[in-house]
Amino acid sequence: MYVKPSGLDRFLLILNGILLTLAVLIVVLPLLYIVVASFMDPSVLLSRGLSFKVSDWTLDGYEKIVTNPAMVRGFGNAVLYSVLFSLTTVFLSVCAGYAMADDRLKGRKIFMTLFLITLFFGGGLIPTYLLVKKLDMIDTIWAVVIPGAVNVWNIILARTFFRGVPFELKEAAYVDGASEWKVFASIVLPLSKPIIFVLALYAFVGQWNSYFDAMIYLDNASLHPLQLVLRSILIQNQVDPGMIGDQLAMAEMKRLSEMIKYAAIVISSLPLLVMYPFFQKYFEKGVMVGSLK
Amino acid sequence: MQQSLQALEGKKAAEGSGKLGGLDYLKKHYVLYVLLAPALILTLIFKYGPMYGAVIAFKDFSPIKGIMGSEWVGFKHFDKFLSSPNFELILLNTLKLSAFGLLLGFPVPILLALMLNQVRKAAVKKNVQLFLYAPNFISVVVIVGMLFIFLSPTGPVNQLIAWATGEPVMFMLKAEYFRWIYILSDIWTGAGWASIIYVAALANVDPELHNAASLDGANLLQRIRHIDLPTIRPIMAIVFILAAGGIMSIGFEKAYLMQTAMNLPTSEIIPTYVYKIGLQAGDYSYSAAVGLFNSVINVLLLITVNLVVKKLNEGEGLY
Repeated sequence: MYVKPSGLDRFLLILNGILLTLAVLIVVLPLLYIVVASFMDPSVLLSRGLSFKVSDWTLDGYEKIVTNPAMVRGFGNAVLYSVLFSLTTVFLSVCAGYAMADDRLKGRKIFMTLFLITLFFGGGLIPTYLLVKKLDMIDTIWAVVIPGAVNVWNIILARTFFRGVPFELKEAAYVDGASEWKVFASIVLPLSKPIIFVLALYAFVGQWNSYFDAMIYLDNASLHPLQLVLRSILIQNQVDPGMIGDQLAMAEMKRLSEMIKYAAIVISSLPLLVMYPFFQKYFEKGVMVGSLK
Repeated sequence: MQQSLQALEGKKAAEGSGKLGGLDYLKKHYVLYVLLAPALILTLIFKYGPMYGAVIAFKDFSPIKGIMGSEWVGFKHFDKFLSSPNFELILLNTLKLSAFGLLLGFPVPILLALMLNQVRKAAVKKNVQLFLYAPNFISVVVIVGMLFIFLSPTGPVNQLIAWATGEPVMFMLKAEYFRWIYILSDIWTGAGWASIIYVAALANVDPELHNAASLDGANLLQRIRHIDLPTIRPIMAIVFILAAGGIMSIGFEKAYLMQTAMNLPTSEIIPTYVYKIGLQAGDYSYSAAVGLFNSVINVLLLITVNLVVKKLNEGEGLY
């Protein structure tokens, strides 16, 4: 039964609509500004502000960005690291989560305590760095892929999922003489696509957007992922001279370095922003399962 | 079918009564341990290894002598940090940044969720959510890059200020603005995403409850207060308590990117300080001591918060 809203309620609902619209605008307008500015000449942008006339637009910024070797290499590295990182994390958490979900694993309590302690206490930045250095992983892609790959939350997430798989399914297979391996690989794993997908998405996005591990572990610029390249363009205002050409005057250099900032933001954020609506429900599922612990 | 069930019972009974010896047990279930091993071994190496490595906080670490060979110096590095003129400033900066961030940031997702919950048309609600969640997927480098663009002396914000009179404001260079910029941009990035958990809880409220309350003459605000808020109060409590426990574990990434030489009086926090003295200046032991100091306070905070929760739980529950 639907109850007709009273006068006050109707006013409040309209106010609610206005406030939500405002919230959406606060989120969208800065992004829209960046997108439009990425098509504009910086001097025009500075003197006349944003222009929505296509005749004022130029693709110079994008041209500089997609032909910039550091940017292209950074993009490639980011894809490589994110894929490797996702695979490693998913592998580790699914295997460990499956084992931890099984009541027949003796010592589960001890293992869980070992995992949980690391959530609350860690050795800190310097000891971790010294360890990675000692293991000769500095300036290798393993430094960004391996140390962060064991994620206790992910193990808990996977364990929660496997707990929900009915034991009868497995038992029926045991009775038919299937080995433990076979049960895991051909009965449980195919059922686990949703959890694998959620874990992989989170790991991919996390690695794609991070810069810290790469900054401390990778000195060699040819190994730098996208976010480190972006950092030098956006925040340190360092543009690889090769991107601009030596003969150009300082003013022109500054103009172009302003211009490519916008295009760099759009190009680097676009993959995730375009991809995310399709996977929204998986991302939300991750939040919900994670919050249940 | 009957047969297999019987076999199953037998199997269960054999395992349940512990008739399997240690070796038999391993033979049967070694697969579980093999599956657990990779994660366990990597945890021991990369999480517990550094915990051992943290003893360099009590030593004068030299890379040549190694962790074992370096000399013990007791609490020298801790004394140095606690008595350094920077100590109070950096500790307060860390605490203020996360405490103010928590106080300002905590209510926003709740308000968003309550507002989203009032949107009747499912398609409209879904699209609004789509927009509000999006900034969560933008990297911290891009967020800070956008801050520098928008807040630069010639950027759009200062163009507005210039138009409305005033002098351009050097936002990123002024120490007094750092916390505001940091916290407000955090809200911009994360508030939508953080509302998911509240939205989901509110969606479970029986609409009949609202209808019945309306029939009894309750207006929208009263219904929110007496139906919606009680529904999400336990979640609010958990989220707040967890955030309060994590107040000393504020991240390095964003503060470091936002730092300029001029805003350091407010933007230098423990994690950025540890990075600078440790990895940039190479003072490993001192830096490790500062990091350990932070971790220990963090653990103490978590334990305290946990105790408080337990105390409260014995009474009336989480709130």
